[in-house]
Amino acid sequence: MDNITATDHWTVAGRSFASRLIVGTGKYIDLPTTAAAIEASGAEIVTVAVRRVNLSDPGAPMLQDFVPPSRYTYLPNTAGCFTADDAVRTLRLAREAGGWNLVKLEVLGPAPTLYPDMQATFEAAAALIADGFEVMVYCSDDPIAAKRLEEMGCVAIMPLGAPIGSGLGVQNPLMIQMIIENAKVPVLVDAGVGTATDAAFAMELGCDAVLVNSAIAMAQNPVLMARAMKAGVEAGRLAFRAGRIPKRGAANPSSPTTGLIA
Amino acid sequence: MDVLTAPLTLTVNGESLLLDGTPSVAALIAHLKLDTRKVAVELNREIVPRSTYATTTLKSGDVLEIVHFIGGG
Repeated sequence: MDNITATDHWTVAGRSFASRLIVGTGKYIDLPTTAAAIEASGAEIVTVAVRRVNLSDPGAPMLQDFVPPSRYTYLPNTAGCFTADDAVRTLRLAREAGGWNLVKLEVLGPAPTLYPDMQATFEAAAALIADGFEVMVYCSDDPIAAKRLEEMGCVAIMPLGAPIGSGLGVQNPLMIQMIIENAKVPVLVDAGVGTATDAAFAMELGCDAVLVNSAIAMAQNPVLMARAMKAGVEAGRLAFRAGRIPKRGAANPSSPTTGLIA
Repeated sequence: MDVLTAPLTLTVNGESLLLDGTPSVAALIAHLKLDTRKVAVELNREIVPRSTYATTTLKSGDVLEIVHFIGGG
């Protein structure tokens, strides 16, 4: 890390992080690949799911053996929960398993969109906040809904850039920008990133961080893609801080037009 | 068979399970050969704090969920 990036941390719920890339731990071919890709990503926060232990194979390797919670901040999610009650039960179990109260709330509607179910999301957010959780919330790209979640007490707003796992990139830059401009808590693009340019683009919009899972886990070489996402997020963040030139509809020469030889 | 020493019939992660011996959450976890540091337990929809596994007794008909962290997005 050099002087330019050393002090550029972001903070969520009082915790400070240098990496602006959060990675999911799902969909990998195996746990060693998961560990190698996460290492290459430079991420400090990883999302994890809560599921029943397989009683018929209690000795099976566990995620924690490969992605140690002593090294990474676990962000338990509510994937698979369709009601507020399910989400609260799941994250209470996660809190007991690891003591984490920083959580990712996501309540999805049915396929094929898997779009955030915002009514259920509001209900679950209220219940979790009342129960002492610090809620980072996956949500639609609706600036009013995002603001309402913030006012309820959510600690980060995480709108989708495109449907989960679609790899389409940020389809809604205007809406993402509106959410960012109105928010006083961190805003993260949480779904839709397909490749490094998408992550860079999201960061150039002014996001505080980006969350990526499928684009890394399902790449032909997840470790290389993880490293690419790290570079993309860093490039996008630097470009945002630098302040890009205005777009213009005409050319403008890069070299001086005076002092030419006769 | 003495009713008092008959095995408990539990439902664990949706499966029926018989448990002999001292009927506690700690005994169940030991029976299942699980690492207590990596799981969390819900008994009849209530969280069981890890510190109370040994003192939380089970009775026939109890429904338990035992979960852990897996990969997710």
